[in-house]
Amino acid sequence: MENQLQPVAGGGLLDRRLFLKRGLIFSTAAAVSPQPFAKVKPFDGNLPGWMLKPGAPFSNYGEPSWYEKATIRWKMENSMAPGNGVSWTPIHDLEGTITPNGLHFERHHNGVPEIDPKRHQLLIHGLVKKPLIFSVDDLLRYPMCSMFCFIECGGNSNAGWRSKPIQTRAGYFHGMASCSEWTGIPLSVLLEETGIKAAGKWLVSEGADAAAMNVSIPLEKALDDCIVALYQNGERIRPENGYPMRLLVPGWEGVLNVKWLRRMHVTNRPSMTRNETSKYTDLLPSGKARQFSFFMDAKSLITKPSPGYKMNGSGLYQITGLAWSGRGRISRVEISADGGNSWAEAQLQDPVLSKCFTRFRIPWQWQGKEAIIMSRAIDETGYQQPLRETLISQRGKHGYFHYNAIVCWKITADGEISHVYA
Amino acid sequence: MFMRSLFLLIFFMINDVHAETVLQGPNLGKSVSNVVINRWNRDVFPNGEGLPEGAGNAKKGAKIYQQQCLSCHGVAGTGGSADELAGAQHALTDDPPDKVIGNYWPYATTIFDFIRRSMPLHTPGSLNNDEVYALTAYLLVLNGIIGKDQIINKTTLPQVEMPNRTGFINAFKD
Repeated sequence: MENQLQPVAGGGLLDRRLFLKRGLIFSTAAAVSPQPFAKVKPFDGNLPGWMLKPGAPFSNYGEPSWYEKATIRWKMENSMAPGNGVSWTPIHDLEGTITPNGLHFERHHNGVPEIDPKRHQLLIHGLVKKPLIFSVDDLLRYPMCSMFCFIECGGNSNAGWRSKPIQTRAGYFHGMASCSEWTGIPLSVLLEETGIKAAGKWLVSEGADAAAMNVSIPLEKALDDCIVALYQNGERIRPENGYPMRLLVPGWEGVLNVKWLRRMHVTNRPSMTRNETSKYTDLLPSGKARQFSFFMDAKSLITKPSPGYKMNGSGLYQITGLAWSGRGRISRVEISADGGNSWAEAQLQDPVLSKCFTRFRIPWQWQGKEAIIMSRAIDETGYQQPLRETLISQRGKHGYFHYNAIVCWKITADGEISHVYA
Repeated sequence: MFMRSLFLLIFFMINDVHAETVLQGPNLGKSVSNVVINRWNRDVFPNGEGLPEGAGNAKKGAKIYQQQCLSCHGVAGTGGSADELAGAQHALTDDPPDKVIGNYWPYATTIFDFIRRSMPLHTPGSLNNDEVYALTAYLLVLNGIIGKDQIINKTTLPQVEMPNRTGFINAFKD
């Protein structure tokens, strides 16, 4: 038994299989506490009040416990235009891999439209043999498929480019990424119906919001694995995520996943819209900018422990977090608890799916001393999440988009947790 | 026929993930006339495809800017709460750089497309094509790209050469 508690890497990291082997023995040994500490009344042996009277009646649509009301999206709106901004998924509060629909991150360019599905249609035109228009009811009769898939804004984690590490909850730094089971019609089925002329190479999609958001993707991606999604985690897509339908472009920048989808234009080249020229292009130190940098490269971070939590005494903890890659499956996540000097492999929670959040876990014997913990993801292409200094040496500091460097949390001897560059 | 079967066989072999999702739709799409398509389609391309009739110059555009844009974008396209449109103090290679229309945007047609579809934020779709052309002209003058009297329309706009036209690397095809 003692052998199993021998560290596999510096700083007290233990074998990733320890929790599996030993089950629940340690699972309650120590817990990371949210701040401020909730005062817990000692158990006095009497039955609690909720066991002494009937509970609440049924509800038509359930809500989280009143006691979890602090688990919310953090909103950052433009003061002059409240519909222009973002809200962040609180990934530091969540477990597993699926983001609850009410907590999926939002990026709107001009608010959430209230769309009457009876008055919404989808037009496909351009370099097609037969331009066609579909009602929502039409589309609901089409064959569908489901995929578990993350969506991440190209601007997620962009505070990482700043010269000083931002101090905030992990979700309000990296939570412009969320993961759902999306269900809809393979775009290839609809494009098969319209037919595509030989010159068709790109697809310009447009939303029915007040920004009429438009953006171009290569047709080869559209035909590969894109879907016109109508359902999110089993229910119809919420208004803020594109009701009644959105384009899903697995593994690619969030902006391409056009919400409130109303029109798709098959063309022979991109339209060069604002969102593929002035925005979502990554300026390099040379003054040139990367354009059509569609893929969201592999990223990971530790969601617990993370800033805003406090260590509750030395002892055994489970380090857990999320990893994902827009290029396929996560093949490995490695954890360091000694500032990057040594690394140990984390356990990946099944199922490990392509272009999907992957949950990782590893046991850690915290000695009650200062420590720097971090994670790095490796995907099935062999790509390894870079150190911050490596990313900056390749891209400079002003790319704004596509920040995916290793994230470091510093834990002090008294258990405070902060974000550091290490 | 044999070749087609062989092709399909190879397709399924190399693409087994998608082989399961090759689905047949019920063909419910309705045909649609060019009149309807042209009403829906507001895409604009760098060569001018999609630009409508109409024209404007910076003098008229400046007046519209004062009424519709200045409160967010600031005097002369700088210093407001919204994106900086002009008045870059730093080059793209400076630390930090300034990115405005004049030193960053590769195509002038994008200005027309974005204003027409998305602006003004509080009343999108409220400007007519002449007004959008006039605002486009004003922003190009503010950025020192065209002369202050130049008329902008569907012929002249695609001919405007943006300074950063060659400033982009196609990361998808790299």
